[in-house]
Amino acid sequence: MPSSQSCFWTKVFLLYEEKSYGRKEIGMRHNLEKIRDEAIENISKVKDLEHLERLRLKYLGKKGELTRILRGMGDLPAEERPIMGRLANEVRTLIQVQLDKRRKELEEKLLEYRLREETIDVTVPGKKIERGNLHPLTSVCNEIAAIFIGMGFEVVEGPDVELEYYNFEALNIPESHPSRDVQDTFYITDEILLRTHTSPVQVRTMEEKDPPIKIIVPGRVYRSDDVDATHSPIFHQIEGLVVDENITMADLKGVLDVFVKELFGERTQTKFRPHYFPFTEPSMEVDATCVTCGGKGCRVCSDTGWIEILGAGMVHPNVLKYGGIDPDRYSGFAFGLGLDRIANLKYGIDDIRLLYENDIRFLRQF
Amino acid sequence: MLVPLSWLKEYVHIDVSTEELCDRMTMTGSNVETVIRVGEDIEGVVVGKILTIEKHPNADRLVICKVDIGDRIIQVVTGAPNISNGDLVPVALDGAHLPGDVLIKKGKLRGVVSEGMLCSGEELDLTDQDYQGAEVDGILILREEYPLGIDIREALLLNDEIIEFEITPNRPDCLSIIGIAREAATTIGSSLSPPNIELSPCTGNIYSEAKVVVKDKELCPRYCARVVNNIRIGESPLWMKRRLINSGIRPINNIVDITNYVMLEMGQPMHAFDLDKVEDRTIVVRRAKAGETLVTLDDVDRELKPNMLVIADANRPIGLAGIMGGANTEITEDTNCIILESAKFDGPSVRFTSKELGLRSEASTRFEKGIDINLPREAIDRAAQLIQELGVGNVVDGVIDILNSDIEPYELEVRWMDINNLLGLELTPNDMVEILKSLNFGVRHRDDILDIVVPTYRQDISGMEDIAEEIARIYGYDNIPKTLMDGTVSRGRKTERQKKIDYVRDILIGSGLYEIITYSFISPKAYDMLGKEMPEVVTILNPLGEDQSIMRTTLMSSMLEVLARNKSRKVESCSLFEIGKIFIPKSLPLKELPEERQVLSIGIYGNDMDFYNLKGVVELMLHELGLFEKTKFVPVTTDPTFHPGRTAAMKIEHMEVGILGEVHPKIRENYGFNIPILLAEIDLDAMLDLSNTQKYYRGLPKFPAVERDLAIVVKKDVLAAEIYDIIKESGGDMLETVELFDIYEGDQIPEGYKSMAYSLSYRAPDRTLQDKEVDIIHERIINTLEKKVEAKLR
Repeated sequence: MPSSQSCFWTKVFLLYEEKSYGRKEIGMRHNLEKIRDEAIENISKVKDLEHLERLRLKYLGKKGELTRILRGMGDLPAEERPIMGRLANEVRTLIQVQLDKRRKELEEKLLEYRLREETIDVTVPGKKIERGNLHPLTSVCNEIAAIFIGMGFEVVEGPDVELEYYNFEALNIPESHPSRDVQDTFYITDEILLRTHTSPVQVRTMEEKDPPIKIIVPGRVYRSDDVDATHSPIFHQIEGLVVDENITMADLKGVLDVFVKELFGERTQTKFRPHYFPFTEPSMEVDATCVTCGGKGCRVCSDTGWIEILGAGMVHPNVLKYGGIDPDRYSGFAFGLGLDRIANLKYGIDDIRLLYENDIRFLRQF
Repeated sequence: MLVPLSWLKEYVHIDVSTEELCDRMTMTGSNVETVIRVGEDIEGVVVGKILTIEKHPNADRLVICKVDIGDRIIQVVTGAPNISNGDLVPVALDGAHLPGDVLIKKGKLRGVVSEGMLCSGEELDLTDQDYQGAEVDGILILREEYPLGIDIREALLLNDEIIEFEITPNRPDCLSIIGIAREAATTIGSSLSPPNIELSPCTGNIYSEAKVVVKDKELCPRYCARVVNNIRIGESPLWMKRRLINSGIRPINNIVDITNYVMLEMGQPMHAFDLDKVEDRTIVVRRAKAGETLVTLDDVDRELKPNMLVIADANRPIGLAGIMGGANTEITEDTNCIILESAKFDGPSVRFTSKELGLRSEASTRFEKGIDINLPREAIDRAAQLIQELGVGNVVDGVIDILNSDIEPYELEVRWMDINNLLGLELTPNDMVEILKSLNFGVRHRDDILDIVVPTYRQDISGMEDIAEEIARIYGYDNIPKTLMDGTVSRGRKTERQKKIDYVRDILIGSGLYEIITYSFISPKAYDMLGKEMPEVVTILNPLGEDQSIMRTTLMSSMLEVLARNKSRKVESCSLFEIGKIFIPKSLPLKELPEERQVLSIGIYGNDMDFYNLKGVVELMLHELGLFEKTKFVPVTTDPTFHPGRTAAMKIEHMEVGILGEVHPKIRENYGFNIPILLAEIDLDAMLDLSNTQKYYRGLPKFPAVERDLAIVVKKDVLAAEIYDIIKESGGDMLETVELFDIYEGDQIPEGYKSMAYSLSYRAPDRTLQDKEVDIIHERIINTLEKKVEAKLR
């Protein structure tokens, strides 16, 4: 209660002591005090808003007790009226203040009660919103494409059904070349086949475009391998090709190192091993520290700490010539990686067949 | 290529650990796949001599032996019946390990102390291949003399490491121990000591013993032959058998083993014919004649074709050149006289024949890739030397050596700066000279040129880039820096088409669909399953099987198969899509590449999904591609794959780009379904050509819209699209949106009729529409509907 209130009552009692009053005055004062005390008491006891409203009507309403007393003011002597009027007003204000205060308290309680009632089990699972997923091969392909796009590569594509010329000959693999055996090929006619790698797009691009060339080629490739956990007659590759003036093997290493770190993490190490491909010279295979064990050695990397992820090399001058590019002026590098293998490594998938079975319980995991 | 380390060490001094050797060999291009440790699982087994054998006092079947193991004599109890005094046997001592994780401990057998165990061949995991007699029932009795107490692994040459190298097709010279030794010597900077080939004096004269005629000079650039008399066919010595076994070749007899040994050692495949069975003692190298056949050493009767190169005698083929010998001249126990062949055959020809006959051998693998022209002569002398050393026969003096090719080494000149420019290095010409010399290249440096003479065994070297690779791999790929190319700025990007396809994928996964990826080839029966005729298709000549033999012209069958697979695995509902290529031949037989089109398929079952769920997804996609307004759906009643009453063709600007609907109940049965399947196939290329994803802002409405509902009753066969078009057209510009919110048949609607309820929204861009104005338009719509489709207001 504000302190001004107590001050006021002190004054009233002082008045009472200084002066002597008539019976009527004393009766009215008494009634006012009674109403005041009773109202304060009742208000403090009331338990709900409905009762509180009834109390308001009882004391302050048009037909309320205070109003009734004030109506009796006419009977007072003229000089007493202002004093009694003031007193009555003060009582009204006091009751009003008490009512408001109590209303607030009750409203607060009511809200508390309602909130308690509305409490739910927030540990119950949320409502299902079904969103589909990209196939893991698409996801990985997009991720890899984004890395190379960031390095200024364009994404181009080529046909799955390909001329033998682009698949072999133009890649420096003549008819008698032993490496034609390595890739067992599906043939459509003598000259038309299902491409065994994405490399045919190298020469196709060179024929269409002058250097500088900076492309990656994602695509589907075909080899007549019987299906098992690591082989599929259809799988996916991403080819890369850069042709320009002054392209060096150091550039190839630089680009692939950036790529591997982007894909598998900054701490991934790369190892470049000499290898052989007919369409690149020098050629290499690229190993990365094992994604699974971080290089310590595990089942995935056969305890070597390394996994092979890429084949690469400097574009063979014969291939540049097939593409109509002068090997004395330009050089280039090319690389190719198996998308299925990368996806399997990234997601820890141990059987390539899962990628093509499309069991939705598998697809939902990515 | 399996390389026993002990053999390798004979030709190159190796002073680094096996692990380091392997790592360094890998980094110079001879990739090590695995290292196999032979005899790893035998430990603590020594050679002992049985001194005495006494009966066991408490067991009839056991005996007590005193065994001399060199530094002491131990007592061993055994049950084996096949031992006698003086026998040399393997003794597993206290604490020994045997294959299969067996631990041997000193103990008592029926009260008598046994300090070890006498071992059988089986207990040491040995077969007759490893040691003749290893498979007898009982203790392994050693036939040779050994110092007592030496480790059995040493005695039987079991303590070796075998390194398996991956040899790339350009390096056939490395398909030999000496080839690997050359690489190892360069790699670790060590010296090479190849075998010294020298023959003891020979007698006789080969020209009076045999004759060789090379008729096809092109396919046989060199043919060397030697004759050996008084052959004593028998078993090869243990060391030779061990090396063959460890290199993956089965020992057969001393002559065959020697030819195989030389092949492994030097890389030259050889063959021995029983000369007494060669008619007229004449070898003829020629192409096969039509109708000729040959039973090869693997006992298969093979039909020969005229383009195949054969080794013949005066009358008939006796071998497939470079691939396999014939049974008719095979070495047997009775063989007395042989003619050895060491030749170079044309690689492509061997490859062709081998492929044609489906017959590959260690020999053909090497010939296909190319043999050093100088090798046949060296190798045949090496074989003769081994024959002499092992006392297998009398080598007749002289070699028939028919050479039809140049044997001069290849020479080239390269500018050394070109090598630096290609590799991104700054090596001096001297650095390069040193590296090339370590690889046995002849090199001379003059000004900006290196004059290079290539060893004849390096047939893979032809240009600057090859020399660059030699330098790079020996200098170390790891020592080449990593740089990012300088030059013009390039734009990294996907094409507009690729971006749109990504966008379509996003829309579809956002609609709750999962992406699938399936094979591009399907079965011809797939069309039967779809209830369709097979169209013209691209057919694979050599498919893995009939059911993967044609390139698909539709994604539907793959989609239905995937749905069926999920269903059979008890998956209750599936919503899938695939974006893939179809292959349309332009003409058959195929003269040019087929057309490849990107197609989208959608397949859904379960979850009470119906046609409208599928259509909703398709419409969302059309909307996002800016095609919604331009697309019409037209009922399709005649597609055999689909339900005749629940299928629509999708037309964009009058071009049909797809079909969507419920699969025909008969067709879905083919896939094991008894609940609805929803299926769509859309020509993505056509759709994206028409699409426009560019979006433009339109001002937000400034004036309120007036909403009116419209409920009409029409005949059942009136299409919603017809009504929509009428409303749209007669509504004019003020009609902003038309939404169908209810279709009703049943009570209060006459049989054969349906009620359709629309919510129409009118708005003018520049003012608040008055009720009166709206009334006029609304009235006009109703009148038109009445006139055109006999609609009645409800």
